[in-house]
Amino acid sequence: MNILVCITHVPDTTSKIQFTDNNTKFDTTGVQFIIGPYDDYALARAVELRDQTSGKLTVLNVGGAETEPTLRKALAIGADEAIRVNAEPKDSYFVAQQIAHYAKEGGYDLILMGRESIDFNGGMVHGMVGEILGMPSFSPVMKLDIDGTTANMQREIEGGKENLEANLPLIAGCQEPIAEWKIPNMRGIMSARTKPMNVVDPVGDETQAEAKSYALPPAKAEVKLIDADNVSELVSLLKNEAKVL
Amino acid sequence: MSVLVYIEHADGQIKKTSLEAISFAKGLVDKTGEGDVVAVALGSIESAALAKAGSAGASKVMHDPNDKLSAGVIQAHASAVASAFKQTGAKTVVMAKSSLADAVAARLAIKINAGLVSNVVELPNTDGGYTVKRSIYTGKAFAETSLATENKILAIKKNAADLITDGADAQVEQFDAGVADSDFAAKITSTDRATGDVLLPEADIVVSGGRGLKGPENWGMIEDMAKTLGAATGCSKPVSDIGWRPHHEHVGQTGIKVAPSLYIAVGISGAIQHLAGVNSSKCIVVINKDPEAPFFKAADYGIVGDAFDVVPKLTEALKAEL
Ligand SMILES: Cc1cc2nc3c(=O)[nH]c(=O)nc-3n(C[C@H](O)[C@H](O)[C@H](O)COP(=O)(O)OP(=O)(O)OC[C@H]3O[C@@H](n4cnc5c(N)ncnc54)[C@H](O)[C@@H]3O)c2cc1C
Ligand SMILES: Nc1ncnc2c1ncn2[C@@H]1O[C@H](COP(=O)(O)O)[C@@H](O)[C@H]1O
Repeated sequence: MNILVCITHVPDTTSKIQFTDNNTKFDTTGVQFIIGPYDDYALARAVELRDQTSGKLTVLNVGGAETEPTLRKALAIGADEAIRVNAEPKDSYFVAQQIAHYAKEGGYDLILMGRESIDFNGGMVHGMVGEILGMPSFSPVMKLDIDGTTANMQREIEGGKENLEANLPLIAGCQEPIAEWKIPNMRGIMSARTKPMNVVDPVGDETQAEAKSYALPPAKAEVKLIDADNVSELVSLLKNEAKVL
Repeated sequence: MSVLVYIEHADGQIKKTSLEAISFAKGLVDKTGEGDVVAVALGSIESAALAKAGSAGASKVMHDPNDKLSAGVIQAHASAVASAFKQTGAKTVVMAKSSLADAVAARLAIKINAGLVSNVVELPNTDGGYTVKRSIYTGKAFAETSLATENKILAIKKNAADLITDGADAQVEQFDAGVADSDFAAKITSTDRATGDVLLPEADIVVSGGRGLKGPENWGMIEDMAKTLGAATGCSKPVSDIGWRPHHEHVGQTGIKVAPSLYIAVGISGAIQHLAGVNSSKCIVVINKDPEAPFFKAADYGIVGDAFDVVPKLTEALKAEL
């Protein structure tokens, strides 16, 4: 089976978010970048499925040269080759167009993505790619098994889950517990150095919804501590001060 | 020009988040001073229940009662909304984020060539351009996003609008979205959904427990408090990872993002990944025996104490008050 996994290059989940240039640019000072946590789930499941079916696994990122270490990490985790579409990922529409173009060229049976990126949190790219390619798309997918050309999936819905059956090729936006995050081992890291990293040019430049400026939420006021022996005071504060009861 | 709102329903009623989306759309119409709000509903539901869309600000509901649309088949819903969009001649679609709406919005954006903004937190700014404020970095920041397209889709976050409740009943009109069989190719073979419980993503109050509760057998007191408050229950990631609680209760960066009026966290340390899922709450109460627990920095009210002592006492005090 020929599998494509699309990964984002995003600030580590513990990063302090700040902006520069008059709040028009993300401040990367001191920020560590990682594979998006949901993309990491997608990648982990893709490695398992590739191993089961002895197919090929490609990872793709739309981003500048700075994302290559992140793609290398995906190769170390088990992908066979990487594609970097050399362009700034300006909005989900632009990214979806890039992925759709290269996905079509690659003729993949299965395209896995994360449920959402953790920078812009749109959760939109998989659906857009699906519509552009005329392929079914599902998200958030918590379980995915392949039986011949049929996929059996479990999707999270509000307050529960639904089980689904669909034919390949398809696209899934993944989340736990689809697989456990994989940590690259020494052999993986060594072999990743020689695996292909293909840098390709973007197609088109249309964007639809670009971020123009950024802002941080207002600082939180100091917590009010209430004595453990005086819980009724908390109840009264919730009722009369916070007005949430 | 009409603003179209894709609404969802469960257990025979329009979902509260969808009613909020209608009120958001009404706010948009009032702001621009033109048009009205038309809701689109799919699948089996009584007309009387749909007419209630009016109370939130809709003047009309277009309803395709095709029972095949009752299950939320993503492609079929996207096609049906696209068809309603064309029939009404609307330029803007509003919907409340959900696991179905997100998937539908993305496909719809391509179908109708619309610019799409997700996690919208307030009405767009329409003076000389069109910019929308959305939440990014999992609630840690906001982005002003400019929309360049004629057609637009806004997927709104909970609390983006105040619910209007004083509108008159809406007129319900049946329509045929003409969804092709091929859009039903994916088969939903079964659904497993807690009914009757307050759903976590929509809950107005959430009581959440963490690893500090020591084991699943101790969740009785969390459930008691939740029941007293009419709240939904949530948990931290390790708690659902170990299987103490079901996965759909996991709150945080990699779980459900909640935005209740009141979030009560018991025995949760307040790791940054957990906070990312709760930072849109209006009021946060933290109960933790460790005064240094990071969660206190994100809290409005806190009690330093042993959960096994504090929680039952607090539930009693709440019962006495409510
Ligand atoms: C990429 C990534 C994504 C993640 N996503 C999420 C996420 O979405 N959601 C999430 O929750 N976590 C997430 N995590 C995990 C997160 O970092 C923390 O490990 C987790 O939130 C800790 O859970 P906890 O607070 O329940 O447990 P602990 O950190 O073990 O804290 C338990 C707390 O209970 C208190 N306590 C103990 N006994 C008592 C008592 N008797 N009474 C009162 N208090 C008591 C302790 O003082 C402590 O503060 C993620 C981690 C990573 C790396
Ligand atoms: N720049 C990108 N490069 C590759 N894949 C991406 C990119 N942006 C988003 N994706 C994929 O699309 C998923 C959903 O992203 P989003 O719609 O931005 O929340 C992510 O989890 C990735 O799998």
